[in-house]
Amino acid sequence: MSDRVSIKIPRPLYVRLQQVIGDSGFSSPTDFIVFVLRDLVGSLEPEKVGELSDDELVAIRKKLENLGYL
Amino acid sequence: MIKAHGGRLISRIATEAEQERWRAELPALKHVTLNRRELSDIEMIATGAMSPLEGFMDQRDYEHVCEHGRLANGIPWTIPITLAASSELIAAEGIQSGHNVALQSDDGTVYAVLEVSDIYKVDKEREALTVLKTTDTAHPGVAYLQKTGDTYLGGRITMLQRPVHAEFEDFRLDPRETRFLFKEKGWDTIAAFQTRNPIHRAHEYLQKCALELVDAMLIHPIMGETKFDDIPADVRLECYNALLKGYYPAGRVAMSILPAAMRYAGPREAVFHAIVRKNYGCTHFIVGRDHAGVGGYYGTYDAHRIFEEFEALEIGITPLFFDHAFFCHSCQNMASQKTCPHDSDQHVFLSGTRIREMLSRGESLPPEFTRPEISEILQRHYSNESASVAS
Repeated sequence: MSDRVSIKIPRPLYVRLQQVIGDSGFSSPTDFIVFVLRDLVGSLEPEKVGELSDDELVAIRKKLENLGYL
Repeated sequence: MIKAHGGRLISRIATEAEQERWRAELPALKHVTLNRRELSDIEMIATGAMSPLEGFMDQRDYEHVCEHGRLANGIPWTIPITLAASSELIAAEGIQSGHNVALQSDDGTVYAVLEVSDIYKVDKEREALTVLKTTDTAHPGVAYLQKTGDTYLGGRITMLQRPVHAEFEDFRLDPRETRFLFKEKGWDTIAAFQTRNPIHRAHEYLQKCALELVDAMLIHPIMGETKFDDIPADVRLECYNALLKGYYPAGRVAMSILPAAMRYAGPREAVFHAIVRKNYGCTHFIVGRDHAGVGGYYGTYDAHRIFEEFEALEIGITPLFFDHAFFCHSCQNMASQKTCPHDSDQHVFLSGTRIREMLSRGESLPPEFTRPEISEILQRHYSNESASVAS
């Protein structure tokens, strides 16, 4: 099974995106859309500090306390 | 909390299950020996400091970065992160795309495994011109390229073991650790300050201007590979500690070591440094004059102008641009060209050469230039250095 799916968007929007990305370095509207959506979804996700286990949290807290930062 | 570059903080540190799997495979794997820069790169990649990178660049990303300052998918990225090997070694070891390769230091310690997805020949001159803007072999970045292999290996890495650092282990905080710190402290806006030198009054001025705008400051000195004539890391750390103790509000400043190697790529490295600090959770990044420059290869404010090539949303972290700062005798305070109306003869400025000369002679640096505690530490360093040269 492919790890990609197709999503349909209105053609005028697609053409507009082609114009917007111009020389920006994004190689296609698809890359631009993925970048924007990833950023948007990322900002909506609950804050997690890198998925830390309880043990890791304790160790990090201790390290920061030793440095006098906490 | 600001998102990592590309939206997700990468971790390529092996889980227990991955450790078990890779350790079982290790005896059958071919080996590639890493140099100091590559060793620091795998640590940066594995901890997420180089998010969204998950390994060394394949040819598509590499060429896109060199030509456009972006990864192949369009995300801004200005410095090639590559693993070099000689074509002879690759042929002798029979390394091919699809193989897994153990990455070791020169003492034979295996730190990571590379899943090779691409092997490609490199045009070093092209890389030097596009990234470093020069092919002059006196530039340390060009000199580095000259002594590395002619072929790059691309692919995802998995770190099996963290490099053991003999010094300052406590001050080494990974991105998830600085992010945890910022969250715990309730700091929403954090400015990062990159340095590879002692902090003098001019740098202190920039930092304090920034501190007026944001919640906190992360002083983030580079302690990876630097030039031979840069001040040694232990001396710099002593300077930073003395300065923080005496002149900074303890509850609003943290210091941590960045294990990156300097590229001396000037403007391109300024963008790279900003992106890396975003991965550490910082929201602002101080860019002074000739950031990450060396010699006269870059214009004084090229590292400011390069940010105009990107949309603010794409970079994510906000650059704080500062002009050349100095103490002005007429103003009787620190200032910059932007804020001081007086002639340069009123400004206290010392070149690097003049500073070294004064310190080598055992002279103190003027307090308008550097704090007395810093001057003392540097005087001690230079007198020890002179003594060791004399003996």
